Amino acid sequence: MATGDTAGEAHVEVRDLTMAYGSFVLMRDLNFTVRRGDVFIIMGGSGCGKSTLLRHMIGLKEPARGEVLYGGESFTAAPPGRREQMVRNFGVMYQSGALWTSMTLAENVALPLEQYTDLSKREVRDIVAYKLALVGLSGFEDFYPADISGGMNKRAGLARAMALDPEILFFDEPSAGLDPLSAKRLDDLILHLAESLGSTVVVVTHELASIFAIGTNSVFLDVESRTMAASGDPGQLRDRSPREDVRLFLNRGVADGKSFPNGAPAATNGGDRGDRDRPAGPPDR
Amino acid sequence: MDRQGTAHLAAERAGDRLRVTLGGAWDIRHPRPGIDGVLSQLSAATPPARVEFESSGLGKFDSTLISCLLQLARGASERGVEFDFASLPEGVDDLLEMALAVPEKRDASGGVTEVSFFSRVGSASLAMVDGLFDLFSFIGECLFAFGRLFTGRARFRRRDMWVTMQECGAEALPIVSLINLLIGMILAFVGSQQLGSMGANLFVANLVALAMTREMASIMTGIIMSGRTGAAFAAQLGSMKTNQEIDALRTFGFSAVDFLVLPRMLALIVMMPLLTIYASVVGMVGGLLVGMLTGLTFQQYFDQTMRALDFTSCAIGVGKSIVFGVIIAAAGCLRGMQCGNSSSAVGTAATAAVVTAITAIIAADCLFAVLLSILGI
Repeated sequence: MATGDTAGEAHVEVRDLTMAYGSFVLMRDLNFTVRRGDVFIIMGGSGCGKSTLLRHMIGLKEPARGEVLYGGESFTAAPPGRREQMVRNFGVMYQSGALWTSMTLAENVALPLEQYTDLSKREVRDIVAYKLALVGLSGFEDFYPADISGGMNKRAGLARAMALDPEILFFDEPSAGLDPLSAKRLDDLILHLAESLGSTVVVVTHELASIFAIGTNSVFLDVESRTMAASGDPGQLRDRSPREDVRLFLNRGVADGKSFPNGAPAATNGGDRGDRDRPAGPPDR
Repeated sequence: MDRQGTAHLAAERAGDRLRVTLGGAWDIRHPRPGIDGVLSQLSAATPPARVEFESSGLGKFDSTLISCLLQLARGASERGVEFDFASLPEGVDDLLEMALAVPEKRDASGGVTEVSFFSRVGSASLAMVDGLFDLFSFIGECLFAFGRLFTGRARFRRRDMWVTMQECGAEALPIVSLINLLIGMILAFVGSQQLGSMGANLFVANLVALAMTREMASIMTGIIMSGRTGAAFAAQLGSMKTNQEIDALRTFGFSAVDFLVLPRMLALIVMMPLLTIYASVVGMVGGLLVGMLTGLTFQQYFDQTMRALDFTSCAIGVGKSIVFGVIIAAAGCLRGMQCGNSSSAVGTAATAAVVTAITAIIAADCLFAVLLSILGI
């Protein structure tokens, strides 16, 4: 677990990353660093490859070129056994929750604990109860993922992602499909976790409210030039980015007193490649 | 002009301008004029420089008018003709500008493109090579997983294995019983017609006993299990893949093969031989029923069956059933893991699993027949 004196050093480094589907290059030459303790936002228009970038960072897709490093060690070049060890420091919350549907919520959260620790059954049960309580799902231990709403699935997915107290948490569109209040609560929870546990957090999102509420650093992917357009503190990018399309994005299409009623001219016509937009789930309980 | 009348559209050339008159009520439920006439005027030998609109006769309109104008606007811009938005009524030009705000995506890789015969043959061959590559890497991963299992390092939930055993063992008994009883009866009917005519009706018992233990019980059980369990495996794994559950396993450092394939394969490796032994017995009971119908006594049939049964035939049947179990589990899991990201892909995966498993079972059985006959067993 990161402590105060290691905060600020590079935790994740992405070097010259090029992402491609076969011969179709989605993004090229991505270079950025996530520091320990950062809440790092990956943003950009729909279909620009935000979720795909996340999948590259957690090893679900192999880069066409370039590499991803964790704490200075190459994840891309690591042999499978070493990779499995590195992956155990990750917690990933998927867009739809991606809970294992054949298991109850408690079993979902307990599985990593049972497999990777030698805690007793009772200790596992206590930790599971605590993690579910953290995300507001106390008492839902024995429910199956199909029995609860989409928003609750997401929160249970967060509880599972936190099961092993990971050093770094990845979130894929955490607030998509949630009502504003639940989205706010989730943002607060993310901030709280990052602060109290000292975890590094990487979030894929295009919700402006979330971006400014939690982000301390960010990268902006541009669908037109197929590379990163900017990186840095999202608040500063909004006010002082030299690129107009970045300012427009962060100001909801209103820049320098001029409005674009038909959406920002930085057209987001990339289709939904790699970015699984789902219809909003049922309202959160 | 009648603003409630039928929708109409007329184009009139005035110097270097094309004047388009819009009129009537444009309604999706009523007939509308085509725009080919206007488009052909745009491509005339001396194209107009500008398209203008006269819409004082235009009544109510809906999307049909906008979509029609969108085609016109696209046609005009392709031919370098100026399109006068300002002469369109309020509301129409806003909607049209919104539709035109984002340029049409022309390089979309999902677009339909003409493909030649050779490129289709080429991509089909490449897909086949990819399929083979997938198959071999899957077999390799399974071997590694079994290696980890024997060294005690494989991670999966024991409970999954017991549940799968119950699903593909005990719960399959009724259908396995029915099919094999009928198969035993069919064999006995056919046998007694032939053997009875030579006065050797008693040998029906030998025929049924040998055919069931050596061939039919394992094959029929294999086919039933392909349809029942193989398809279920593919659908389970396919929907897990669609729902990113397999991704979630991987990002927890669990091997999907250890976690999902091993328990299923182990369950079938244990259950298939048991089901096959059971199926042989049920098939012989079917033969007995028919034998008693055709005049044999229970004691005669039973004694003859016991004389006909030998350890080798039984062992061959059981041995084959283990191989079939591995085939069914592998086909189901492989097709499930290859599943695409949609609900129809899950159905396709289930179908593919059944087809693959049945084909592989028949092919493997054929291979067994050849090998055993070469070895003279």
